[in-house]
Amino acid sequence: MSKDITDKNVNATIDANFDGKRRQVLKGIAAAGITGLAASYGMSPAFAAKKVNMGFIYVGPRDDYGYNQAHYEGKTAVAAMDWVKAVDEENVPETIEVVKTMESMINLDGTQILFPTSFGYFDPHILKTAPKYPDVMFLHCGGLWDANKHPKNVGSYFGYIDEPVYVSGIVAGHMSKTGKLGYIAAIPIPQVLRNINNFTMAARSVNPDITTTVIFTGGWANPVKEAEAANAMVDQGIDVLTCHVDSPKVVVETAEKRGVYSCGYHANQMTLAPKGFLTGAEWNWSKVYTDYAEMIKTGKPIPNLVRGGFKEGIVKSSPYGPAVSEKAKKHADEVRGKFTEGSMVVYKGPIKDNAGKTVIPAGKQYTQTDIWLESMDWMVEGVIGTTKS
Amino acid sequence: MIRIFESLFVPIAALLISLLLFAVFVSIAGVNPLEVFYSIYRGAFGSWFSWQNTLVRAAPLMLTALCTALAARIGLIVIGNEGAMVVGGLCAALVGIVLNGLAPFFVITSMVVAGIISGGLWIGIVGALKYYRGVNETISSLLLNYIAIAVLNFLVVGPLRDPATLNKPSSYPIGEANMLGMIGDSSIHWGLIFGLMTCLLMWFLMKRTVFGFSVDITGGNVRAAQISGLPVGRLILTTCFLGGAAAGLAGMLEIAAVQGRANTSLNAGYGYAGILVAFLARHNPLAIIPVAILLGGIRASSGLLQRSHELPDATALVLQGIIFVVILASEAFYGRIKWFKTKEATT
Amino acid sequence: MNGEDVGLFGILIAVLGGAVRVGTPFLFVSLGECLTEKSGRINLGLEGNLVMGAMAGYGISYLSGSPWLGVLVAGLCGIGFGFIHAMLCQQKGVNDIAVGIALMIFGTGLAFFIGKPFIQPVAPRLPSIGFGDWSDSPVVRAALEINVLFLLGLLLAPAMWWFFRNARWGLIVRTVGESADAALAMGININRVRMLSTMAGGFLAGVGGSFLSLYYPGSWNEGLSSGQGLMAVALVIFARWNPLNCLYASLLFGGAAALGPALQSVGITWGYYLFNAAPYILTLAIMIATSSSRRRVAGMPGELVSR
Repeated sequence: MSKDITDKNVNATIDANFDGKRRQVLKGIAAAGITGLAASYGMSPAFAAKKVNMGFIYVGPRDDYGYNQAHYEGKTAVAAMDWVKAVDEENVPETIEVVKTMESMINLDGTQILFPTSFGYFDPHILKTAPKYPDVMFLHCGGLWDANKHPKNVGSYFGYIDEPVYVSGIVAGHMSKTGKLGYIAAIPIPQVLRNINNFTMAARSVNPDITTTVIFTGGWANPVKEAEAANAMVDQGIDVLTCHVDSPKVVVETAEKRGVYSCGYHANQMTLAPKGFLTGAEWNWSKVYTDYAEMIKTGKPIPNLVRGGFKEGIVKSSPYGPAVSEKAKKHADEVRGKFTEGSMVVYKGPIKDNAGKTVIPAGKQYTQTDIWLESMDWMVEGVIGTTKS
Repeated sequence: MIRIFESLFVPIAALLISLLLFAVFVSIAGVNPLEVFYSIYRGAFGSWFSWQNTLVRAAPLMLTALCTALAARIGLIVIGNEGAMVVGGLCAALVGIVLNGLAPFFVITSMVVAGIISGGLWIGIVGALKYYRGVNETISSLLLNYIAIAVLNFLVVGPLRDPATLNKPSSYPIGEANMLGMIGDSSIHWGLIFGLMTCLLMWFLMKRTVFGFSVDITGGNVRAAQISGLPVGRLILTTCFLGGAAAGLAGMLEIAAVQGRANTSLNAGYGYAGILVAFLARHNPLAIIPVAILLGGIRASSGLLQRSHELPDATALVLQGIIFVVILASEAFYGRIKWFKTKEATT
Repeated sequence: MNGEDVGLFGILIAVLGGAVRVGTPFLFVSLGECLTEKSGRINLGLEGNLVMGAMAGYGISYLSGSPWLGVLVAGLCGIGFGFIHAMLCQQKGVNDIAVGIALMIFGTGLAFFIGKPFIQPVAPRLPSIGFGDWSDSPVVRAALEINVLFLLGLLLAPAMWWFFRNARWGLIVRTVGESADAALAMGININRVRMLSTMAGGFLAGVGGSFLSLYYPGSWNEGLSSGQGLMAVALVIFARWNPLNCLYASLLFGGAAALGPALQSVGITWGYYLFNAAPYILTLAIMIATSSSRRRVAGMPGELVSR
């Protein structure tokens, strides 16, 4: 299947619209180009078409020490396997440009499986493009595939990053002396709110008086605002900081500079704060992408909806920093164990939001896989802040 | 005749020089420039697919470029394209949301009108502030960009937010029936036709009518225009309105042809790119068309450069930067090249 | 002291500290732009200088181990960009705004391109002086951690003010900006004066950029600048082309940027987008209030009026 698609599309594109003489010249250049390319990937053109051909699209720069880098590392891991060809593109906005990037990967590179990794790519861009290319799989990170509404060649995958965030919250709850935690977030969306709630509930399970102050910066990458937010929080006596922005580097470094604890996000930021780093929530995309690649190689059907946490190995906790007490470590390991065996339920009633309204009544519970949790629009009791802009 | 020849020769020579400089640049970065050029060609113009990719990206640039170009003809340097596009798109989306359910033709027409009027008024403010209060139009339009973007961010995260949009806060949709489709079986949306038509229309208005002539006189010398009895204030306001209207229309098309609802993707940098298109086209509405296509092509090929040569995304920015700097520098050569001068003398 | 007091005190400290921390890059870029505009040219390309300076400063600091060398190189990059700007603008028929935007794109593109390898490593940062070490309160100590670059800016503003008023060279710059014809009549080489002013302005913008990457927030990445270089152009107008006012305006803008997060930190969470837009609305309001169609704005260089 792969060979057909690749050859047909590439030839069609290269050969279209050229007259004879120009075509020869261009073919010469093309040949040079392809051999050059092949050399740089360490493969010969003859085998290129048989490879599993994957395309990755990021909304920000590949190396942002955060969200996009986590995906890029996943891509690098699959690209290292000699039967995979992986291409990627960075800084692709959530406009028609992502449609064109996907089509370009399909038409010019012969990509069979696409991973557009930003949430805003899903609706309308992927949903409108996928029906035109029924032979290509569009696997979207974060979206919610719905069998009744969405094309069959679309799928979505995501990790329960809120599980390691919960573990971070346990550690933060043990380590905080002032009982005040700080969460610096971009905008109030369900993924962000779920992390904030998990972090807070975990910390309050250690010490019920703990509060989490939230600052929304209004954008995914605004280093000056993030640094200001971190400083303002420390000035208010907050002594553990964490964040949900594209690049946690600034927050973690500012916390270290001010002598307070920090929990990382997206990737391991331990080296940025050797003294105050506690732990952090990390993605493990290389596992997900390798699994998908294996499925294609062996011709297994690809599931449309993939979700997973500690148990499936899609997320992990960063190693503990030197400051973390034995008691905290023990408690955190215990909770992680419960997540891994699947017995942990975070959203078990009664749960009130921070305006005092009961959101989940006593006796009711939502397990991790419940998609109701993916449309969260409230913040739990103990969070200081509102979701209103 | 010679002048037309010159106005083709100078930019083409400049383009070649900038490509040469870019070749040196990528060579230093360790990539074979010939391969890079072939990739640019392949990504931008090498096939029907690539052409569609290029044209779709060129469409909004044609409209946002008019915002700067028209105002420049009357002597104002307006850089509020991004803001006008955002405001036009936002207002068009609002109208679309409210009227959703009525006859699509009526809804779409109303959205076009909303985009045009709101964008026009937005830059009209700039013209009015300049004319009545003497406020520097460049700075006021720059500030209005930031204000427009803040309003957009506030509305889509706050009052206009559709909770169903989950992790990408957006307004309620304008409805599938009210979306502009693609031209024929291509993947180019109708925005391109709007862009081409508007450029042609504005070219006619500016070059073939008394209005355009009056604008050029005012742009050349305000005093002279006032003395000869031209309604300078009205000309400034109308021209600014038309420029803003074009950018507002670009915003409306982004909503109606691409996004289907308002969100932060409206602010994707088409406005700022439009400023450069306008200057490169020397504020001639007709010349905007090829320049926008050229820029659209560079942007379209950026992906292939990343994928085929492992070059960073910024490569396309560097190429744009070099082209713009060199072409702007080439402005100095108009009327100075000996070759053209002697020929003119002999003919 | 009850909780409320700590909160309000904290806000005050955060805003004051923020004014200095966030305001310093504004200060350098606006002083640079002020110098350039005084000579009769607008350089919108300072955003490019700033980003380039941030990248170069961080990169050189990482490679050489000396952050001050990084600051110097950042300034030199700014001089280079200033040179290109001045070179192009002195050609007949070339518009300075257009060149500025072209250089903005070129500068950011070049910085992103070259800066890729410097995003991950940790470079030595600029030191700061602890003026608050007398205090027991860590809050006060943190707010009074003042970077040396800010102190230099603090000295530079009055020095530039004095320069424009009293120094022979300052008068020459002002004359060129005031009336090119008068300057010509006095036998001044206009192009040379403008070139030097733009290059010096570029130097300051580059240094401002290095403050972003080498001190606060203190790392290099592609989202580092949120348009500080562009805003500086508005800031100079806000400051009526007076270097001393540039200092106050920069502190005001810095404090305004710090106010939103500070209020959120005590639970006042509404309207953060409004707070983000406040400096722009304020600048526009002041421009409208102080401009007039009949007379020229006080302090505005005459050469900028005619366009």
